[in-house]
Amino acid sequence: MPALVIAQHDNRRLDPATLATVTAARVLDSAVDVLVAGHGARAVAEEAASVEGVRRVLSSEAEHFANPVAEDLTELVLQVADGFDAILAPSTTFGRNLLPRVAARLDVAQISDVVEVLAPDTFKRYIYAGNVLCTVRTKDSRRVLTVRTTAFEKAATGVGSAAIEEVPAPPRTGLARFVRREVHRSERPDLTTARIVVSGGRGVGSKENFQLVERLADVLGAAIGASRAAVDAGFAPNDWQVGQTGKIVAPELYIAIGISGAIQHLAGMKDSKIIVAINKDPEAPIFEVADCGLVADLFKAVPELIEEIERVKRERSAA
Amino acid sequence: MKVLVPVKRVVDPYVRVRIRADGSGVDIANLKMAMNPFDEIAVEEAVRWKERGIAEEVVTVSIGEPKVVETLRTALAMGADRAIAVQTEVAVQPLEVAKMLRAIVEREQPRVVIMGKQAVDDDSNQTGQMLAALLGWAQATFASRIDLSDGEAEVAREVDEGIEVVRVKLPAVITVDLRLNEPRYASLPNIMKAKRKPVETLTPADLGVDPTPRLEYIRFEEPPKRQAGRKVESVRELVEELVKRGVI
Ligand SMILES: Cc1cc2nc3c(=O)[nH]c(=O)nc-3n(C[C@H](O)[C@H](O)[C@H](O)COP(=O)(O)OP(=O)(O)OC[C@H]3O[C@@H](n4cnc5c(N)ncnc54)[C@H](O)[C@@H]3O)c2cc1C
Ligand SMILES: Nc1ncnc2c1ncn2[C@@H]1O[C@H](COP(=O)(O)O)[C@@H](O)[C@H]1O
Repeated sequence: MPALVIAQHDNRRLDPATLATVTAARVLDSAVDVLVAGHGARAVAEEAASVEGVRRVLSSEAEHFANPVAEDLTELVLQVADGFDAILAPSTTFGRNLLPRVAARLDVAQISDVVEVLAPDTFKRYIYAGNVLCTVRTKDSRRVLTVRTTAFEKAATGVGSAAIEEVPAPPRTGLARFVRREVHRSERPDLTTARIVVSGGRGVGSKENFQLVERLADVLGAAIGASRAAVDAGFAPNDWQVGQTGKIVAPELYIAIGISGAIQHLAGMKDSKIIVAINKDPEAPIFEVADCGLVADLFKAVPELIEEIERVKRERSAA
Repeated sequence: MKVLVPVKRVVDPYVRVRIRADGSGVDIANLKMAMNPFDEIAVEEAVRWKERGIAEEVVTVSIGEPKVVETLRTALAMGADRAIAVQTEVAVQPLEVAKMLRAIVEREQPRVVIMGKQAVDDDSNQTGQMLAALLGWAQATFASRIDLSDGEAEVAREVDEGIEVVRVKLPAVITVDLRLNEPRYASLPNIMKAKRKPVETLTPADLGVDPTPRLEYIRFEEPPKRQAGRKVESVRELVEELVKRGVI
């Protein structure tokens, strides 16, 4: 039986998290369908139909799917669930909110934040803030999974042309309703998919000082992250938090500035390819995972770093 | 209004766990235990509702080994009124926890269940959503602000894009995020008082739920190790290294 991936999107574009989830679904099952619930989301359904390995797109259009609540989306998923023996969503706040509700209604034990598919019933996932990697086998015949998107390649788009089938939307449950979203607008790349992430911690000291981190990010074309301490102190917005209880990132380059390297922070970034740490305390645990550690005062080192990178860039464009 | 707060007893988040030498599990036998940090925030919120006269009674519940009573005493010392301990030696998983909590909700009839978004041992992030599903209730997950009014709650949710505000009908399940509040420390007099507050003891069978897990954890291993860290002496050396590795 095929696998169903619940698409995450904004009615205009598929979120890249969905593409990683499709890859995980393909390891599980050769036939993969994608469910696109939206409002005026035809472009998303078409994009999903073009994703490598997708067999069929189920498209459900309704006004209340413009910004759907889990209560309403669950009814839609249950309506089509019988045709699938695996249901997957990305382990983003979207997937984490929705999928356990679906799983409980199907009486299935969900497996959260899967990083590897070993067999159709056997998976790997982390527990204890990334301290322990477990192999989990389920006794349920149906599988409901959320997928850690940094652990799977993104499936290619623009290659296939799967059929798009309309699915009638179930009525609103009336239990919950979307009011508004307060989005922190930014021209910078998305934190979870950026090639370079520059993160600041409590050591940065203030919201004003955080501009230093932002300037470094901008010279590098990087996304910005933060430790929980920096977010709690109000230096940075909550959607910048990296870690066990924030976002999981795995960029090519992660630069940690004034971050001590608590286990909960490492849980969110230790799969980065290259880790750079700037910290004035040589004993800071972040240095245990840093490929390039610089023991220095960040207020001296970061401006120097910005200057040095600008110099390298200038020399490059002159050459 | 009655409020139910489920709390989980977990290894203290600042303690590092070790895998047993034979790889059969995680050795937590002598480790420092604590209330799941998110659940402390849920207890705090419920107690504040009581102090503001929004809630009449705060009931707390924990499922697990007999020592969960210690964790419940912490919740009582923070200001909960009474507690229910569902005792079992089985390491109960989210779906079965949700089923037991449903049975308790049916007995206690709270208007709101408020709980952590995630247990920091299993990191599942499932139980609240599952409980809401089983009850047919609304859910407001990852809350960083909650405004309760008559039949409704307006909740600001921490989502990947920023903040999402939803309105949910009561009764509802609310799961909380770290920035909702700062939990209090229980004062000594309140710790003493908590010793006299009622704690009821039940078993999964009393609730009609089979606690047997559906997921088998068959192997435990250390995460892949990163190469040992290396230090550079200067900013210039750092940039040279990054250029050499082709990242800038
Ligand atoms: C349940 C739970 C969940 C959590 N989830 C997360 C999470 O998702 N993400 C997360 O990040 N944390 C999380 N935490 C918090 C975590 O335990 C740490 O408290 C937090 O990561 C510390 O942030 P920090 O490194 O910025 O601050 P600190 O630990 O205070 O470190 C600041 C560092 O800055 C350095 N510094 C200070 N001044 C300078 C200077 N001038 N120049 C250079 N260096 C300087 C110091 O040497 C120090 O190492 C969680 C905690 C709990 C209990
Ligand atoms: N054994 C338990 N006893 C009481 N509450 C629990 C238990 N397990 C989970 N919970 C609650 O469910 C929340 C989410 O846990 P989880 O879904 O396991 O990440 C926790 O923050 C607790 O509030």
